[in-house]
Amino acid sequence: MIPAGPAGAHVRHWQRFTFTERVMRSLFYIVVLIGIVWSLQSIEIIPEFLYDAPQQTADLFVRMWPIDWGWYPKVVHAALMETLHTATLGTILAVAMATPVALLVARNVTRSVLLNSIGRFILVATRSVHAMIWALFFVAVFGPGALAGTLAIAVHSIGFTGKFLSEAIEEAKPGPIEALKAAGAPPLAVLIKGIWPQVKPAFLALAMFRWDINVRESAVLGLVGGGGLGMALDTALSNLYWDQAGLVLAVIFGIVIVAEIATSWARSRII
Amino acid sequence: MSMSAPAAKRVAFPPNWPARIGLIVLAVYVVYAATTLEFTWARFLTGLDQGGRFLSRMFPPDFSADKQSLLTAGMMESLQIAILSTVFGILFAMPLGLAAARNLSPAPLAWFSRGLIALLRTFHPVIVAILFVKAVGFGALAGVLALIVASMGFLSKLLAEAVEEMSMNQVEAVRATGASFLSVVVMAVVPQVMPRFVGFCAYQLDSNLRNSALVGLVGGGGIGATLFTAFQRFDYDFVLTIVLAIIAVVMVGEILSGFVRRLFQ
Amino acid sequence: MDASAPIKPPVDDAGVDRTLIIRSLTKAYRAGQPVLKNVSLKVEGRGMTAIIGPSGTGKSTLIRCINRLVDPTAGEILFLDQDIAKLNGRALRQMRRRIGMVFQEYNLVERLSVIENVLTGRLGYVPVWRAWLRRFKARDIERAFQLLDAVGLGALATQRADQLSGGQRQRVGIARALMQEPDLILADEPTSSLDPKTSVEIMELIAKRAGERDIPVIVNIHNVALARRFADRVVGMSKGEIVFDGPPRDLEDSHLLQIYGGEGWLE
Repeated sequence: MIPAGPAGAHVRHWQRFTFTERVMRSLFYIVVLIGIVWSLQSIEIIPEFLYDAPQQTADLFVRMWPIDWGWYPKVVHAALMETLHTATLGTILAVAMATPVALLVARNVTRSVLLNSIGRFILVATRSVHAMIWALFFVAVFGPGALAGTLAIAVHSIGFTGKFLSEAIEEAKPGPIEALKAAGAPPLAVLIKGIWPQVKPAFLALAMFRWDINVRESAVLGLVGGGGLGMALDTALSNLYWDQAGLVLAVIFGIVIVAEIATSWARSRII
Repeated sequence: MSMSAPAAKRVAFPPNWPARIGLIVLAVYVVYAATTLEFTWARFLTGLDQGGRFLSRMFPPDFSADKQSLLTAGMMESLQIAILSTVFGILFAMPLGLAAARNLSPAPLAWFSRGLIALLRTFHPVIVAILFVKAVGFGALAGVLALIVASMGFLSKLLAEAVEEMSMNQVEAVRATGASFLSVVVMAVVPQVMPRFVGFCAYQLDSNLRNSALVGLVGGGGIGATLFTAFQRFDYDFVLTIVLAIIAVVMVGEILSGFVRRLFQ
Repeated sequence: MDASAPIKPPVDDAGVDRTLIIRSLTKAYRAGQPVLKNVSLKVEGRGMTAIIGPSGTGKSTLIRCINRLVDPTAGEILFLDQDIAKLNGRALRQMRRRIGMVFQEYNLVERLSVIENVLTGRLGYVPVWRAWLRRFKARDIERAFQLLDAVGLGALATQRADQLSGGQRQRVGIARALMQEPDLILADEPTSSLDPKTSVEIMELIAKRAGERDIPVIVNIHNVALARRFADRVVGMSKGEIVFDGPPRDLEDSHLLQIYGGEGWLE
């Protein structure tokens, strides 16, 4: 028997979790349960709407079919191109803006907790506000169109891109950086020749990954005036031309899949 | 080699043609695309001018009592949307994720489930929300349904991957006792996959909180609806209030979900 | 290989006094627990000085204080008419480019080519835009090729550094240090990650290439045999203090017992 502590006869139980852990978990379950009950009770659902939901859904698909392919060359093709440009330019801009912020956040580059925190706040703030909400802002400022959409995509992507970029920078090996410093290289040269070569693959992969996401995002920005396929969808919906809406949905479906295939192909080539 | 010899025709940096061509193509593309989208300095400058006026109308944010009650109502609804869509998303994702795991379920079922997951993931929550608004009308229900679809896609994909990565030894051991499929899942799969799955769910709650602001823009209820109305009424000081509130809630949500993830690690 | 012909140092380097004087150098990473205790050392402007001693005894800290990769807590480091301990910013960078360094883990930028790694030795001299666009001066590029020949890697110049073996990487590290046209070379355990045969080759290379240019070398090394074989002077350290200083032939077992033995390793 192990010499007992002040508690005297100390019986050891097999326990998977510590006491506090179990208390915290039980508390968590209770909170979750309360949250569900509260949500179910107070959420507003209008039953009348529910009764004809199956009918409405069926109606939706009936009206979509057959898809109005003739609308593609007239409007949708241009909208598709606009969406792709929005996604690509938005990603390039995002990467350009995220890089300085990422440098500000990376603790091995910026040795100031205050500046780190400022950068981190920029990342969280840009990411928390969705691209569509950013689009609302930029539409109010620049008027409806792809410019607003591109800026929305760019600003919203700063958070995601900057976060992963700063992590990649922090993972750069300190040895080569130290060697360049020891050779008397100025900070900018250390950045370009010591850190950038180490970060470059992650940077490219990140940009492509974000582009894939941004294709999806920019397809819907038009609903609030950000240009592209969303605009075409909005037109079709407000005119209640469901066969045209069906066409836009089909095109979005296609482009999302193509973007995913393209990025996974490019990634396998680069890395 | 003597000092007087020429550099012996050795090239220190042979030109990297693929990279150069890639850069040139990219530069040309950027110019072309920017021209097609009619990005001009003039537009940008008028925009900045407009932006200044816009910002001045946003400040100070409007915290008056009636706006506060609107804000609270919208936020509460968003929270409800997020909670319900996460809970039902988890419930539906569990069978779908198991069915899509190639090491547990028969091949045809696995492939069918994977196709379904891919379909669920292809469409942006906003588009799904539009369809549900048509099907069940304006309001929170459409938002909940749209986010359930998004949650199912995300969670079942990650669950399937987690199940495929787990060790099969324990599964075989439980199977060897003649247990039913359900007890195999409960005894062998759940203990291995649970911690990671809880992490995904916490992340999904987080992401649903953010997206609940989104579905409202197209009629899915919640704070997004409040925000859209404020925009349409040019109520920009209230817009700022709402956006700040969204940022605050999302940040608190991230902290909480990080906490939950640690709790179940 | 015909690369043995020495590359003459530029004329303006001739006649520089390369003596290094360290006075009362102290370094404490945590207050009250000094790793270096009041160390004073004068290194003549030629030849190889080996610092031996068990790990954790402050050898590496001492050598890193000299080029200020570590900031000393107190003391003076006099070199080329300046106190390195007091330098900052631009002045420090200009001093650092006069001091080459060879590292234990080579510290090459792995995704850059061998020749570009050598050319990073010029980063203290060339404008950043030149380095960025790889528009190094023709004279620098030619020198880099010659140095690669001198370390026996002329044929691998355009290969990526991560394709080299450890010994080859260290050769690149030496070429990089020489590329700085330094007045002093610091080598921090340059052979500790290498096999015995390669270790000898690397030490030979450092001694030869520095010797023909008359550059003084300070090398941290825990391998006593290598120190005896290549150094002109051995400095033994224990617990942050110098306990032996003299030519290798004076180094006796009693000294080694004092440096390594006793309870020193128990800490």
